[in-house]
Amino acid sequence: MRIVIKGGNVADFKNWDFKPKDILVSDGIITKIADNISDKADKIISAEGLYVLPGFIDMHAHFLEPGREDEEDFHSGSLSAIKGGFTTVCVMPNTQPAIDNPGMVRYICKRSNEVNLIDILPVGAITKGRQGKELTEMARMREAGCVGFSDDGNWVEDSLLMRRALEYSLMLDTIIIQHCEDKSLTKNGEMNEGTYSVMLGLKGMPATAEIVAIKRDLELAELSNARLHITHLSTKKGLEEIKTAKERGLKVTVDTCPHYLILNEQAIGSYNTNAKVNPPLRTENDRKALISGLSSGIIDCISTDHAPHSPEEKDCEFASAEFGIIGLETAFVIGWKLVMQELIDPLRLIASFSLNPAKILGLNDRGEIKEGMRADVVIFNPKVKWEYTSGEIISRSRNTPFLGWQFEGRIRDVIAGGKLVMENFKHKEEET
Amino acid sequence: MPESLLDKQVKWSRKHLLGLQELEKEEIEYILELAQAFKEISTRPIKKVPALRGKTVVLLFFEPSTRTKMSFELAAKRLSADTVSFAVSTSSVQKGENLKDTARNIEAMSVDIIVIRHSASGAPHYLSRCVSAGVINAGDGIHEHPTQALLDMFTILENKGRIEGLKVGIVGDIVHSRVARSNIYGLKKLGAEVILCGPSTMLLSEFQNLGVKICYDLKEVLAEVDVLNVLRIQRERINENLLPSIAEYREFFGIDRKKLLKYARPGLLILHPGPVNRGIELSTDILDSGLEEKGICSLVLNQVTNGLAVRMAVLYLIAGAGGKIEDSN
Amino acid sequence: MVREKAKLLDANQMHRTLRRLSHEIIERNKNLNELAIVGIRTRGVYLASRIRNNIKEIEGIELPFGVLDITLYRDDLTLIAEQPQVKGTELNFDLNEKNIILVDDVLFTGRTVRCALDELIDFGRPKAIQLAVLIDRGHRELPIRADYVGKNIPTSLDEFVEVRVKEIDGEDEVVLLEMTDARKSSG
Repeated sequence: MRIVIKGGNVADFKNWDFKPKDILVSDGIITKIADNISDKADKIISAEGLYVLPGFIDMHAHFLEPGREDEEDFHSGSLSAIKGGFTTVCVMPNTQPAIDNPGMVRYICKRSNEVNLIDILPVGAITKGRQGKELTEMARMREAGCVGFSDDGNWVEDSLLMRRALEYSLMLDTIIIQHCEDKSLTKNGEMNEGTYSVMLGLKGMPATAEIVAIKRDLELAELSNARLHITHLSTKKGLEEIKTAKERGLKVTVDTCPHYLILNEQAIGSYNTNAKVNPPLRTENDRKALISGLSSGIIDCISTDHAPHSPEEKDCEFASAEFGIIGLETAFVIGWKLVMQELIDPLRLIASFSLNPAKILGLNDRGEIKEGMRADVVIFNPKVKWEYTSGEIISRSRNTPFLGWQFEGRIRDVIAGGKLVMENFKHKEEET
Repeated sequence: MPESLLDKQVKWSRKHLLGLQELEKEEIEYILELAQAFKEISTRPIKKVPALRGKTVVLLFFEPSTRTKMSFELAAKRLSADTVSFAVSTSSVQKGENLKDTARNIEAMSVDIIVIRHSASGAPHYLSRCVSAGVINAGDGIHEHPTQALLDMFTILENKGRIEGLKVGIVGDIVHSRVARSNIYGLKKLGAEVILCGPSTMLLSEFQNLGVKICYDLKEVLAEVDVLNVLRIQRERINENLLPSIAEYREFFGIDRKKLLKYARPGLLILHPGPVNRGIELSTDILDSGLEEKGICSLVLNQVTNGLAVRMAVLYLIAGAGGKIEDSN
Repeated sequence: MVREKAKLLDANQMHRTLRRLSHEIIERNKNLNELAIVGIRTRGVYLASRIRNNIKEIEGIELPFGVLDITLYRDDLTLIAEQPQVKGTELNFDLNEKNIILVDDVLFTGRTVRCALDELIDFGRPKAIQLAVLIDRGHRELPIRADYVGKNIPTSLDEFVEVRVKEIDGEDEVVLLEMTDARKSSG
């Protein structure tokens, strides 16, 4: 399909600016970018006064195929991603069964092609069953299509095993994505440890659990000279450790999630299970530090850690509720709130959703609006006001703390791999 | 209606009693004042008033309890309410039914008040969002046990005449204690100074942010306080490496004759929420007879009596709150 | 809005009426040693106290005295918008075989007295219960009648009779009030 996008303000990372340009998309590629395109096209989209951005890339999400398709599957997950402007989503291996062998990797790739909406890329497990005992066949899995490796949900506790994983990843030119949490310190924990957890009578998960894990992993990354990516950073001190490591020249990258940038532990209020997440929401100081870290570039990108849960897993007393919140649909607009509060430069935000994750994952064909790149394009209307009501939720699950939030700015159109999958705020699928 | 004809003021409008943290000072004082009137009922030949006649009170106890459950049951019965008791070991929860469904099923039988004790902090808050009955928290996890703190304060008031300006010590496993938290909130609202005492593993420094003092030395605390609330120590804490042994706890934090004689102020009141581990946190002789030489009383049984009066007051208020139509005389 | 329509009794008249009631009680009860006086909270208590003092002055006998709070016996607790104050009952003598003089300020629907009767009987088995009221304003909803009435005042349902006592209201008087806006109560 040939699509021309006319008159939009196109994100230009080279000049760090927005330039009004027309874009021509054909055969799944961005074919031409010019001041005025008058080529024939099957569809012409007017983007006057709107932002034209590279399709967003989520390094960390959970689509629960196989195992919990009732909570989310690749189809509902894709639709949810599209609503949020995501055209590439990396899915974590904590499925049932886990993605810990080449066969499962191929299954993910196959399913992504079948659903044929966005590009769903598998992250393979580091250890078999994510048990932290034996390495997976990382080379074969890489060959089968993994973009990285993670035991997400678990931290690789055994330092020697972690060292081996890092060393092995070196030859595969891939990244180890680490969920940093010393579980012995967070046993039975329900929220961030502090005055608030004392008041609510909930078992605390101290920031220290994340920090000691980060410190160990940074040391091992230095030792092995491998590429380490720390995911869902939630603490100020963790950020400081990573900053120092980067200054020392370590090959470490880091992402955080929108909820850590906009909420703090008080969002739990009167035991709201939709604020129960791991790592937990932290203090206001942590939140402010993370915003600062994103703004200054220490934090490379934003991931959603989109974690769908069925009502049985969330509609209960706090202690019994599962950790996790969905986030694909609200991620960018939450970031945009920070832009409007002038806490972060708009291009910096956009880069953290596109250019940077593409670089980290080694996806050379996307992340920028450039001729020859994959046609992953998002058109964003910064003015439209909307409320995230229950009816707006696209995901199969509804566990979000942002229900009822007012947003200014909304993704209007999405082109994924050259296909127009959302037009005028509506998924194209609905029309068929 | 003209005010003088009514002779009453609106002091309680809450549908639930979930904790003391959210209550105003005046609301707490109101409950204590009301409890005074209810105490008299248990001294009559017919220990019953028809105030809650026709109301159904369900006791939903997911954690074992003898005295609190019995206290609430008796309080409800003395107000002429019908009571139904739900003990988790014999219930459908064993078959995997969750809290929400349990509550909904009970409510489908039109009950007015649910008294809940649960091991998860926040369970009563969650329950109050699921049902339309009034909810009373009889202890949720390590969060709050409001009626216990109320009866503790009632007992202190009865014996000391005031709470404002008093120094109240709480000794024991503070970090795991809902009784401690509720007492902290209640006592502070009424103007007392609260000092927490216990092993440093059980006494997080964050408690200071609640406006209380912390002290690891029982001797110092005994020398300062007018009232001492002694908490129960659980043996499980040894398995969690919070305590090396019961013996060590007894030696440094157990209340006994020797320590009281040497360090305590005369006239000290001793409270304990029960059940008491005799000879561990509180010695048998002190529990049963206090320390005469120093005028130190053990008020544990008074607490039980007062618990009944306080719970009657609370049931009365929760049953009435949410009433609609104008007064008729 | 409420306005005072008329003054039914001033302080002197009130005292005389109470005095007359006291005499009537003495006259009709052969054995004064069997008597006990119980006032219904709140103003009934003050009136009862005065009658008791009168009887002491006249006959030299100090009768046992009790205070009844009928709040917990009301049948309309959940219909009320505001929580009534429970101040407590004090009946520290043995009711059995006693002739109780129950005292209230105003007799209206009779429901308050019905509560009082229920409560008294929960305390024991009095030999008899007689009712003394300062004002009877009519509109009974239950078959209750007073044995001793200070004054009969026919009223309409928009009106109120308010008995005021020095101890609480600053002066002794009985006034007739009426509602002047749409918010008129029934019964």
